Formats: sequence, structure tokens, C-alpha cells
Amino acid sequence: MNKPEKAAREPLFHIAKRNGIAWWKAWIIRGVAILASLLVCALIIVLLTKQNPLEVYGAMIKGSFGSQRKFWALLQNLAMLLCISLAVTPAFKMKFWNLGAEGQVLFGGLCSMVLMFEIGDRLPNAVLILAMLIASILGGVLWALIPAVFKAKWNTNESLFTLMMNYVAIQLVSFAIMVWVPSGSSVMGVVNASTKAGWLPDLFGKKYLINILIVAILTVVMFVYLRFSKHGYELAVVGESENTARYIGINVKKVIIRTMILSGAVCGLAGFLLVSGTNHTISKDLAGGNGFTAIMVSWLAKFNPLLMVITSFLIVFLQRGAGEIATNFNLNTSIADILTGIIIFFIIGCEFFINYQIKSTKSGKEGK
Amino acid sequence: MISTIASFINAAIIQGIPLLFGSTGEIITEKTGNLNLGIPGIMYVGGISGIIAGYIYEHSTDTPVPLLCILITLAASLFGSALLSFIYAFLTQTLKANQNVTGLALTTFGVGVGNFFGGSLLKLFNESGSISLISTGLAYKTSLPFADKLGLFGKTFLSFGFLAYTAILIALVSSYVLNRTRTGLNLRAIGENPATADAAGINVNRYKYLATIIGGMIAGLGGLYFVMDYTAGAWTNNGFGDRGWLAIAIVIFALWKPKSAIWSSFIFGGLYIICVYIPGLSSSSKELIKMLPYVVTILVLVFISAKKKKEHQPPQSLGLSYFREDR
Amino acid sequence: MANPAIELRNITKVFGSIVANKDVNLTVYKGEILSLLGENGSGKTTLMNMISGIYFPDAGQIFIDGQEVVIRSPKDAFDHKIGMIHQHFKLVDRFTAAENIVLGLKEKGKFNIKDVEKKVAEISARYGFEIDPSKKIYEMSVSEKQTVEIIKVLYRGANILILDEPTAVLTPQETEKLFAVIRNMREDGKAIIIITHKLHEVLAVSDKVAVLRKGEYIGTVETKDATESILTEMMVGKKISLNIERSEPKDAVDRLCVEHIDCVSRDGVQILKDISFTARAGEILGIAGIAGSGQRELLESIAGLQKLHSGSIIYHNPKTGAQENLRDKTPTQIRELGVRLSFVPEDRLGMGLVGNMDIIDNMMLRSYRKGKTMFLERKKPRTLAEKIIRDLEVVTPSATTPVRRLSGGNVQKVLVGREISSSPTVLMAAYPVRGLDINSSYLIYNLLNEQKENGAAVIFVGEDLDVLIELCDRILVLSSGRVTGIVDGRTADKNEIGLLMTKAEGGAAE
Repeated sequence: MNKPEKAAREPLFHIAKRNGIAWWKAWIIRGVAILASLLVCALIIVLLTKQNPLEVYGAMIKGSFGSQRKFWALLQNLAMLLCISLAVTPAFKMKFWNLGAEGQVLFGGLCSMVLMFEIGDRLPNAVLILAMLIASILGGVLWALIPAVFKAKWNTNESLFTLMMNYVAIQLVSFAIMVWVPSGSSVMGVVNASTKAGWLPDLFGKKYLINILIVAILTVVMFVYLRFSKHGYELAVVGESENTARYIGINVKKVIIRTMILSGAVCGLAGFLLVSGTNHTISKDLAGGNGFTAIMVSWLAKFNPLLMVITSFLIVFLQRGAGEIATNFNLNTSIADILTGIIIFFIIGCEFFINYQIKSTKSGKEGK
Repeated sequence: MISTIASFINAAIIQGIPLLFGSTGEIITEKTGNLNLGIPGIMYVGGISGIIAGYIYEHSTDTPVPLLCILITLAASLFGSALLSFIYAFLTQTLKANQNVTGLALTTFGVGVGNFFGGSLLKLFNESGSISLISTGLAYKTSLPFADKLGLFGKTFLSFGFLAYTAILIALVSSYVLNRTRTGLNLRAIGENPATADAAGINVNRYKYLATIIGGMIAGLGGLYFVMDYTAGAWTNNGFGDRGWLAIAIVIFALWKPKSAIWSSFIFGGLYIICVYIPGLSSSSKELIKMLPYVVTILVLVFISAKKKKEHQPPQSLGLSYFREDR
Repeated sequence: MANPAIELRNITKVFGSIVANKDVNLTVYKGEILSLLGENGSGKTTLMNMISGIYFPDAGQIFIDGQEVVIRSPKDAFDHKIGMIHQHFKLVDRFTAAENIVLGLKEKGKFNIKDVEKKVAEISARYGFEIDPSKKIYEMSVSEKQTVEIIKVLYRGANILILDEPTAVLTPQETEKLFAVIRNMREDGKAIIIITHKLHEVLAVSDKVAVLRKGEYIGTVETKDATESILTEMMVGKKISLNIERSEPKDAVDRLCVEHIDCVSRDGVQILKDISFTARAGEILGIAGIAGSGQRELLESIAGLQKLHSGSIIYHNPKTGAQENLRDKTPTQIRELGVRLSFVPEDRLGMGLVGNMDIIDNMMLRSYRKGKTMFLERKKPRTLAEKIIRDLEVVTPSATTPVRRLSGGNVQKVLVGREISSSPTVLMAAYPVRGLDINSSYLIYNLLNEQKENGAAVIFVGEDLDVLIELCDRILVLSSGRVTGIVDGRTADKNEIGLLMTKAEGGAAE
């Protein structure tokens, strides 16, 4: 900061909250930030691989759209990340920091797997799948409800609570795998590979199509819920100002619990889709960090489910593209995480220039 | 029996040291109101920075000097974690970004950096095999010369490399600085009520930056200890595991007190490996026992929120960025 | 004669188009207590903030010990040995008194809290404070916290002390103790400025009284020559005619009977004491009082937002003739009883409206529950928003603009517009014209009058006595959470209300 001279009366610059900014200006700022982050990413890749950056980006695009198989994998990844992002969004809009999506997905998935593994051969497939779906949703709800109840009752710090719940779920999954896989290899193979009991069927011969369709529908439903339903309106009011919520007679505790039930249910659904519709097995990496990435996706999209399609695409595209580069150049696939991190840094950093402005004091007006 | 217990205690301490670095660093950071969820990432970076520097050094000379091994890797580790913490401080403090999102992104980034370089370092240098810094690892593992002569006691409590003692020392010094000095008073005031601290003439920004960076550097040493001492100079991807999050759990368990973090870390370290020492445990029940630290942390969290005892609460402004004009 | 400890000459400060202080002169000598007297919004706090370095004056000079000084920051003020005790305490809850007192200080030598505690004990003994330096702030009463704030300033060696409304939060006994301490400080040669609007306290403690009115400096008198009526007249001025229309109430039946309500805050402080009054249909009942005398809690009690200790709030339903007790009912329950109660709260963007939502969504705050489906109905709110924008001339780009982007006057039009749209039978408005320009203010007065003519019982909490007298049919005066009088708006006298507002506890009239 500039030190004022002896004669100067007040600091030369100060930062003030913007009263609002034209939407197109905001998007220009975000666009510039994304471009800048892509440049930095390119620079890093070029330094590591010493290749022409255009070739590198070409490889990234190939990694996502290069073949039909890759494209479907991209859509599948996108669907799962989007699904979890949709799950965390209502809670965030309410300013409830649910960092436990990872655990909620995992526990939901575990509930599915229990049924699939234990009674997979005893039920008709349709009944089994339905039971798994319900079990997953209930599991996700339970995992979200525990911290929500304590938040509502004692205002227990929800971000730390949900964070810890993740690891409880991870250990439960590890426990279950140890029980199910007696060899002690700690890796569970594909379950019911022969009978395909509890597997979501392929639709039109396409694997994952059901997952993708379900998430597509869910996106629209969530958009409508947040935008047009009374519940969505209430949770937005609670998130903006609890005082206003009280003033118009909203029961804040009830809204917190109801919203977390929804959030957990969608996480549970994601767990079901991963177990039944994708992996047909379970591991503690079931959510694969998407529970955390989803938080960033939701945040970057300003809690708008339709924009989340774009932000989650951006991240999945990067991850798959980076994976392709890593394979091509025989590097570690973790490069994807590095690039994801950089892009998020730039986008969350640029919000500052949208929300604040740097004023010179001479022309600026003081507050009260 | 006694030797089993002794070796358990020894192992608990070894497991506890990285956690102690991490939790001490996070306590210092959180005391100024910054909830840095990037600590797990910073610890990875603290480890890999040391590995990279050590690798380059060991490959540049045929006779690595132990002291130089230590100094170079130590400096690189501190630099790496300071850089990452700076990113956090800059984004949350100067650009007023959301602390949770920034922290999580930093962890993604940091773990990515760790695993990427861990997995690709040799390829970048056109070599094959796996990373193993023998000289550096040995230098870090050097314990007190008289430890062996003290029998079981020496073996249990004095057989560690110097970083282990450093961890305890740092925790004690942090406790002293936080509770007994003017700097600590000012620092704690910022975490409680930044507007009051600002009005009292404390430079809130500078304190928050410094605490975040110093806290991050301390946490990064936890990563360094793990790769240099615990695994003796070898890197395995994701080898550090979720210890970073465990460190954050300890902050709660220790009620934001660095002194309590010392024994808390050893307890958590013990819980982390106790399943190996309980005879006759099935491999599945081992996994359940590993759940204990997190369950205990949740119970502590619920307990302190229900009791509402002021001494036990998180710093009041934890997680909020401070903007003077918002007053 | 010695130089004054502090002297202000022609200090002027302008915020936007509002003149907060105009050509203010003030002189305080060592060993002297000066009261700075004025109504809310008269510029007292702004003036003191310029001495303590929070604002910088646009014009004028400040002299300390005869030397002209420039005070740019709180640190400069501190260097000139000026210390201000703010109305809102700036303390860290989880620290002890001693820790708070040394916070941010850069003393030489090794830091030892025991030494600080000893020094604090010395200061306490010298001036007669009662404080335990190792007690945590969160365990302290309000008056103890205030003591910590004062010692904090003394510890830093202040010679000029400014106390902003120090007695506002104290009981009479605590006030007496505080005055004793202040007198001790005077004996010690400190110069003390007390910002206040309680006349009896002014007379009890100060040597001189300076009066501000609407930002202007009215004058300074010696306390020994002053009486309550002289000071009141200086403070409130001559009556100004505002030409607000006032119709005679028609069919003024009882609508809302508040009976003996008591309210205790979470800190255990009694905020409302045995309040009773009746609001009648077709009438505007004004509520006058110093800020913080319980106005907010009173309205929130009626609106179902405040838990009451005792008493009842009886609503007479004009349609059914039924009588309902609204006490301990939530806002939703009150609405379900068929009570059309509207409330324009003091905190417009923090309570009445959601700043980040647009005008349409803010319209829905009251009505979104309507309809059987789980979906919102935005058509009627949109029509309402457009109607309010048109009828009340709200300046906004569109109905979908977030309300926080509107100017203060337009925000208030949106809020009041929404609240009267449900044709309430009871309309409560807290400081509805605060911060508004003349035209917007008159628009609000007209809206309130319209509601009155439509048969609503209007409760209007105001701060400008001229407005209260011209607008209201009856005026209830609150002082420290008690009703000190209910006067007729047509015959009321400004000085009379001013005296009731500052009336000491236990002096309930009527």
C-alpha cells in the first residue's frame, strides 16, 4: 500500500465494494482470467514437455473428443462431477459449508454395494436396482443429516464436521472391502460380473447413457427447484440474511435440515450411479475427489445449475486433456490436478475485480 | 510385551511427528482467522520440494555432504510451502476470495504437484526406477549418538532424526509466542475480532500474511519429515495419504493449543498404527480402528459446540475475510 | 490563562450533500468536563470522530495545548494523547481485561501480563475503578466492559478523553460510579468531553455544555447558568412548520392493546419495562425517544420477533370482532390468525429486504407462501413491483435490479410499498424517513396518512420531533424502556416531549 506523504491527508488509494457491475463486464473479467490461466497452464506444459503449445492443446482436445469412447468417457465424468456439484449447491446457497460430499457419495455408494453384494442374486434385477437406489439415497441423507442436525441445534461448525465424516465413510468402505475380499488384497473386483445383477442396463447400447440422462434431468430439476420453488426461495433468503428469514417467519432450523437432506440425497444418488451405473465395484476413491472439486464447480458457477454444466465441463476437459498429455509424454496424470488448481486460482482471484474496485481517494466519496 | 509397547510408542511418535508439524502450522494460521484447508496440499509440496532439491543435489555430485543434503532440502521445502501459503494468503487476504474454496483448490494443486513430480521426476531427467535419496535420507535419520547406549528408553524416545525434536520444539515455541508475547496477543486478537485489532493499531494484513506463511512452512516440514526420515528419501505417490486432514482434525482435538497438539499428535499417530500392534485383529477390524481419530474429533467438535465454553471455541472470525469498510 | 487542552475552530465536515458539521467551535481546558449535547443526527459523533482521527475535517483547525495539529489517523490522535471511548466497545471477548488494555501497544521491554495487571490495578486505584484485570471480557457486565475501555485509554496516557454516550447502557447506580470516576479524572487534570443527550446528567457532571443542532454549533454555556429548559430549547430549537397534512381520525376504535409488557435481553438487561398503550384504527401513534430506548424491541415484540417476559398484546380483529393475544406467536402464526400486520423495520437491507435479490423477489418475501403448489408465483409480485415502481416513482433500471443497487430513498419506497400493499390493519414503521431526502420523506408521510385514512392503526417511530408533532395524532414517549408519557400531537410542545425523552428512570408520567 502506498504510504501517504506528510502533507497528504488520506491514503491515495483505497478499495471499495462495487455497487454492481454490468454483467458483460463481469464476464469479460472472467474470460480474461480463464485465458490468463490457460496461458499459464500452457507455459507449464511447454516447460515440462518442450513441445509446441498448440500441439499440446491439440492433444488435450484429442483426449476429450478424439474417439467415440473418449467422448463418452468425457460425458460420463462430466455427469458425475455435475451430479455432485448439483448436490452441494443448495447447501452452499444457504451458506452451509458442506465439505462432506465425498463422504456422502461414498456412504451412499456403500449402501448400494451392500445390497448388490449381499442379496444381488436373490432379487429380480429391477427390484434390486430400485432397492439400491433407495438405499443409496437414504445413506447419503443420513451422512448429511448428522452434521445438519448438530448445526441446527448447537451451531456446530459444519465444515469441519462434514470434513471428518468423509474419513469415517472412507474407513467404513475399507472395512467393508476387507470383509468382502477375504484375500486381503484391499481391492474389490467387479461385482456380479456374470449376472450383472444390480447393474444399470445400457441404453441404446450405450454404457453410461442412463447416468448421463439422469444427471441431465437432475440439472434441470435443480435449476427449477432453486429458481422457481418455494423451498429454493426460502433457502436463498436464509443464505442471504437469517434476520430477514426470521422477519418473514421462516423456520431457519427446518430449512437447514431440509436442505441438507436434499443435498445428501443427491450425493447418495451419485453414489448409486457410480456403483450401479459405472464401476460395479467400490473403493475408497469412488468419488475420486469430486466431492471437493464439486465445491469449486458450484462456486465458480455462482450456484447456477445451468452454468455448472459449463464449469464442470471446463474442469473435466482439463483433467482428461491433461491425462492425455501425461500419457503421450509418459508423465504422471496428476498434472491434471495442477492445471485444475491453477484455473481455479485465477477464477476465484478474478472475482475480486468484479466485486471491488480500487479507487483513488481524491475523487472518491466517503461513506457515512 | 514391554518391547512391543515400547516399539508401539516409538511408532506412535514417528507417526505423530508429521501430524504435529501440520497441526502446529494450522493452529498458527487459524489463530489469525484463516482456515487454511490447503494444509494437506502444502504438506505434499513441502515433501516434494525437498525431494526435488535433494535429487538434483545428489545427482550433481558423487560424494554428497550430509550437512549440505539437509540444508538444501530444508531450504527447498520451506520455500515450496511458503510459496503455496503465499498463494493462499494473497487470494484470501488481498483478493478476498472464499477461504474454503481457496483452501480446497490449494490442496488439489499441492497434492497434484507432489504426485506429478514424484511420478515424473525421473522421466524428466531421463532416468528410470524410483526416487530414492540415500544420502539425504541417511542424513535426516541420524539420531543422537548416545541413544543406542540408553537401552530401551533410548530406543523408544531418543532414536529419532533431528526433525522430530524440531517439531516438538516448534510446538513449544509457538505456544510460548502465542500465549506469552505481544506478537502472540496481537495475532490471537486478529483471529478473534479483526475489527478490534485494527482499531488498536495492529496491522491485520501483515499479521495474517505472516502467520499463514509461517504456519504453512511449519506444516510443510511435516511433509519433509515424512519423505526424508520416515521413508528415508523415497517417494511414493499418495504415500503421505490423508495425514494432512488428520492434522486439521488434531487442531480441533487440541482445542487450538500447540502444546496440546504435541500429545494429541502422538495419540493420533498411535491410533493410526495401533491396529498393527493389537494381536489377533482381523484386517477388517483394523480399518474400523483407523476410523477412531475422526470419530473422536467429531465428538470433540460436538462437545465443544454443545458446552459453548468460550475457551474451547474456534477463533471467532475463523473462515471470514476481513474488510475494513465492512465494519 | 493557560492554553486550552483542546480547541476546535470552525470545523466543517460534509458527507455528500449532507453537512454533518458546520463551523463548529469548541474549547476544553485541563481539569474540565464538557458535555456535548444534541439530538440524534446533530453531528456530535462526527465531530468527535474528527478529533480521534477517524474522519478528517474538510475545513477548520484543531489546536492542542495551543499548537495547531493535524490528526489523520487514530494513531495521530493517540500521539496527541487523545483517547475516545466508543459507544460500541471494541474488545476481544475471550481476552482478559489486561490483555485488551495492552492490545496493539508497542511498549519497550519484555512483555509480561502480570506487569500489565499491576499497572492496571494502579490506574484503577488512582481513579476509583473497580475491576479485576484478569477477568475475561465475556464474563463482564456492560459497565465493567466500559471500565476496561476507559482504562485502555488511560493506560495509553491520554490527557483528553472523549466518551460517546457513556451512560446509555448503564444503570443509575453504575452511572453514579462512572461520574465519580470522571470527577476523579478531572481532579487529575484531564480534559473530558462527554457526548450525551440526557439533560440531568449534563447538569450533574459537567462544567460546560456545548450544544449542536442539525450539524450547527449553537453555543456553549456554563453549567451553573444552565437549566433543563434552556438546554432543551438550545437542543431542539424553535418549532419549524413542515405542512404535513393531518386529517381527523375517523372511527378510532381500539385495534392493538399492549398491556404491561416486559422484555429482557439475552445479556439480562431489561429493555422494556411495563409498557402499556393502545393503538387505534385510523390514527397515527408516534413513538418518540432517544435512540435505543426500546423502540426496536417494542416493535419486534408486536411483530412476533422478540420473546417477552410478561404482558400481553391483544389484537382486535375488525372483521370478526375477535380478540387475539399475539404474545409468543411467530410471524407465521400471527399471519395465520388473519392479522394483517405490516412492519417496516429500521434495518431495511438487513431485515426488511434482501439486498442481493431483485425487486420482484423482494415483493415475494411476504407473499411467496400463497398458492397450493410448491412453486413460486412470480406474476403477481411482478405486477406489484411494477405498480410500486410506477406509483412511488422508484428510480431503478428495472424490476429485476437487486435492491442493494438502489439509493436509500428508493430502497425505502420498495419496502414501504410492499408493506402497505397488503392493506394492513396495523402498520408499524421504524425510522422510515431516516437518510431520505425531503421529497421521499413527504412521499412516505403521505403513504402513512393514506393508510391511516384507510383505517389502519399506524405506529410511527421517529426521531425528528417536528415531524412527530405534525404527523401523529398521539405521541408516546419512551425513555430507557419505559413509557414516560403519551401526549396529543395537536397540542404537544416540543420542549415537553424533549423533557419526557430524557426523563430519568422511575418518573413515569400519566
